[in-house]
Amino acid sequence: MEAKVQQFPPYRQPDAPHGHDAHDDHGDHAAHEHAHHEPNFWQKYIFSSDHKIIGIQYGFTALCFMLFGFFLMILMRWQIAHPGMTVPFFGHILEKVLGSGVAPHGAISPDLYNSFGAMHGTIMVFLGIVPLAFAAFGNYVVPLMIGAPDMAFPRVNMASYQAYFLGGLVMFVSFFIPGGAAQAGWTSYSPLATSIPTHGQLFWIIGMVLLITSSLLGAVNFIVTIIQLRAPGMTWMRLPFFVWAQFVTAFILLLAFPPLEAASVMQLMDNAAHTSFFLPTGLAVGGQLAHISGGGSPLLWQHLFWFLGHPEVYVLILPAMGIVCEILANNTRKPIWGYKSLVYASLAVGFLSFIVWAHHMYMTGMGTKISTFFQATTMIISIPSVIILTCFFMSLWGGSIRFNTPMLFTLAFLPMFGIGGLTGLPLGFNVSDVHLHDTYYIIAHFHYVVAPGTIFALFAGVYYWYPKMTGRRMNEFWGRVHFWCSLTFMNLVFMPMFAQGMAGMLRRMSDGGANYSAAVNSRAGAEVIGGLSNNMMSLHVWILWAAIGLGIAQIPFIVNIFWSMFRGEKVGDNPWDATTLEWQTPTPPPHGNFTQEMHVYRGPYDYSAPGHATDFTPQNQPEGPLAPKITVHAH
Amino acid sequence: MEIPYNVQPRPDTGLYNSKLGIWLFLASEVMLFGGLFSAYILLRVGAEPGYWPHGWLDVRFGTLNTILLALSAITTLLAWVACKVGEFGKFKFFHACTIVLALTFLGVKMYEYHDKWIHYEIKLADGTFADGHMESAVYVDKSGKELESHSYRGNGFTEVTDGVTNSYQLASVTIDGRIVKDETLLYDLRSQKNIPRDPVTITADKITSMENYGPWHNTFLAIYFTLTGLHALHILGGTFVIGYMWGPGSKMWKTNREQFTNRIEVSGLFWHFVDLVWIFLFPVLYLT
Ligand code: HEM
Ligand SMILES: [Cu+2]
Repeated sequence: MEAKVQQFPPYRQPDAPHGHDAHDDHGDHAAHEHAHHEPNFWQKYIFSSDHKIIGIQYGFTALCFMLFGFFLMILMRWQIAHPGMTVPFFGHILEKVLGSGVAPHGAISPDLYNSFGAMHGTIMVFLGIVPLAFAAFGNYVVPLMIGAPDMAFPRVNMASYQAYFLGGLVMFVSFFIPGGAAQAGWTSYSPLATSIPTHGQLFWIIGMVLLITSSLLGAVNFIVTIIQLRAPGMTWMRLPFFVWAQFVTAFILLLAFPPLEAASVMQLMDNAAHTSFFLPTGLAVGGQLAHISGGGSPLLWQHLFWFLGHPEVYVLILPAMGIVCEILANNTRKPIWGYKSLVYASLAVGFLSFIVWAHHMYMTGMGTKISTFFQATTMIISIPSVIILTCFFMSLWGGSIRFNTPMLFTLAFLPMFGIGGLTGLPLGFNVSDVHLHDTYYIIAHFHYVVAPGTIFALFAGVYYWYPKMTGRRMNEFWGRVHFWCSLTFMNLVFMPMFAQGMAGMLRRMSDGGANYSAAVNSRAGAEVIGGLSNNMMSLHVWILWAAIGLGIAQIPFIVNIFWSMFRGEKVGDNPWDATTLEWQTPTPPPHGNFTQEMHVYRGPYDYSAPGHATDFTPQNQPEGPLAPKITVHAH
Repeated sequence: MEIPYNVQPRPDTGLYNSKLGIWLFLASEVMLFGGLFSAYILLRVGAEPGYWPHGWLDVRFGTLNTILLALSAITTLLAWVACKVGEFGKFKFFHACTIVLALTFLGVKMYEYHDKWIHYEIKLADGTFADGHMESAVYVDKSGKELESHSYRGNGFTEVTDGVTNSYQLASVTIDGRIVKDETLLYDLRSQKNIPRDPVTITADKITSMENYGPWHNTFLAIYFTLTGLHALHILGGTFVIGYMWGPGSKMWKTNREQFTNRIEVSGLFWHFVDLVWIFLFPVLYLT
């Protein structure tokens, strides 16, 4: 490898003899075994096996699903704030489309509320964030970052997108079948999931099996790509942290999803073949003894679900941390602080995430010994999480920070994720979790991690890599508007939920606790408040308006995406003056990604190396001094 | 555009892409079957005392299938070796054996499923239990005309013959089995010697409920059908892939011998894994 070392220019040379065209699809036919045709629209954009197109397909589909999931949530928030009242404007559409049985007078019935709740969670997690964070960014960026021409198995890659799309379609269609979509929550707990009289539950499982298949194919592809297709000189410790994060994520998906697949198969059997895997003896549904053999275990489902479910939350957060790391290094113009600690901490998180799952089950009566074990592991896993966050904060120290839109979202990620993580600790202790379990406190906790946490990082990623995909920058001004409004409304939505939860408001109540509070408060007398106080209840209305504000705040973003495609400021191949390989190739990268073979000579974040002409040294640049050792930080 | 290390191993990892891919895939398969096995353990530990079946499956068939798969593992290996040393004819022969063995395995499995399918447990009005294989069921229509059926068709059914609709009611069933007072006797077959099997006819009015030994019958059968069914699907998929490479896919032998050999190796790894799963399934389901 080293024998071939020669001086490669960091940028494409327009008039190099075998520049762009030698690797181009329609170049040099003789060099290929079979002649290429000019691909038509379908081949190029719909059934493409190019990782960049697949990445964009994933991203676009996932953003649409996220928007849809968000819309469901707005409807739910309306119902909570104004229980039983007609939803303005959309109510009548709902009644027309879904029938007055589930949406009487355009209001949201409890059953419909349950459907929306279950599907909001499912869509956001499995159809929105994971595909966007892992599959979309991973697909587009990872092969470019490691200097590979494509993913290791391009056609498997296409199949995994198609399985994802099909899974999404099944989920979406289930809204319109008689009985409606699944209602048993995104966790689909048995025996509830088997007792609900709708085929939506069946659709949910079939959709899940497809989505799991898609994730498994993707995970195998990513791991093989990262292990096998690294360019010469791209050693493990020269990998950008984003690649590491995706690597760990892929392993989590690979090993945590199959048990859920097993559980889904069993729940499918319970629903379709009337087995009793998760149905206990003596189960009564609606006062009637169920006609089943019994002997099953509801706890078994919960164990298998959370065996995926907890690692899944790291699937949600690790790619986000990877994005944050790239943008942070780029915009502080200095090497990331503690690169090695980041790598080892993310490996530790990946490993530990497999042995904390039962902290979601403290209230199931599984026994104090088991609870104690999982409490201990939960506390231990917060250590590497804190290490990662600390490295990021330390990286800011002494940097000359550029406050562009991607960086603003990145900077907001840090404290927001911090709030989410710290509020997880009281949930991890089983004593305090007894009080907080299944309340709005939990909702606030995990939304702080995934909404202003992960989703902000994803926004940052979109703003950051958009110029690579399109050759144009997104508009800065509207980016800032998007950022400040999102940050404000996001906190207005989720911060009050901590208070509501601690005051005892349970999640998944279709009227937001109105009936419960009214009943308990009147019994307790005017002096004592047994249910939720009026103050707590009135927060629902505030949250509704904040959520609507949050929705409006996304309009500049959506418009910006489309507007900038045609009108955005045109930029070169490396508009952020970045060091990693995806910026050292033409924009947008050609089929096959690079116009010359990539060789890597240095770590990922060689910013501000003393004695170097520019304040960044691309990874494929052989000459020039190395940046100061990455463990050293500036004072 | 060419993907590096598609055929040749990468020097520092010593692997070509699809070999690493299949190992990772198998790791996820371990977790899949691991999930099901842990379900098995939990269900078994949590079963009501006396109600976890012993000796419901025929060890002879299990042993036969174990031998079939063990042989297919050997032929798979030999097929790959044949590719390695460049003997295409031998490859054809050995993988033909693999396919025949796999299909025989599936045939035996089907027979076993069928045996459970026609096996009924009938709760009788006097509190006893009849249990055995369905021999025949007799149905009568309104005019009292009798119809004998080889299979149980529910408590009643309607049939249209020559434009006339007839509805039939169950009159009696005949099973090849026995009647016991204590239901747990039906569960622990291993401790009983010479279980009697005689034709028993039961009239419809004596039947409280009846159910065949499908996955709905109890959690043992549920996990038995799910585990072996999923395993059989893997066998089917593997047979399909090996069959493809034995037939139309073998054209690649002429164009790219090395890649073809790789494919045989990778599919062989999958096949060995599927065999390995059976090595766990057999004792867990048949012998304990
Ligand atoms: C180190 C920090 C964390 C700790 C200690 C922690 C702890 C917990 C605990 C104990 C629960 C269960 C509470 C209950 O049901 O009673 C929980 C729920 C949850 N957490 Fe975390 N967590 C942490 C970080 C995260 C991260 C990073 C994410 C996602 C990106 C996340 C997402 C969730 C979700 C989605 C739930 C709710 C599951 C449900 O019941 O629907 N958590 N957390
Ligand atoms: Cu958790």
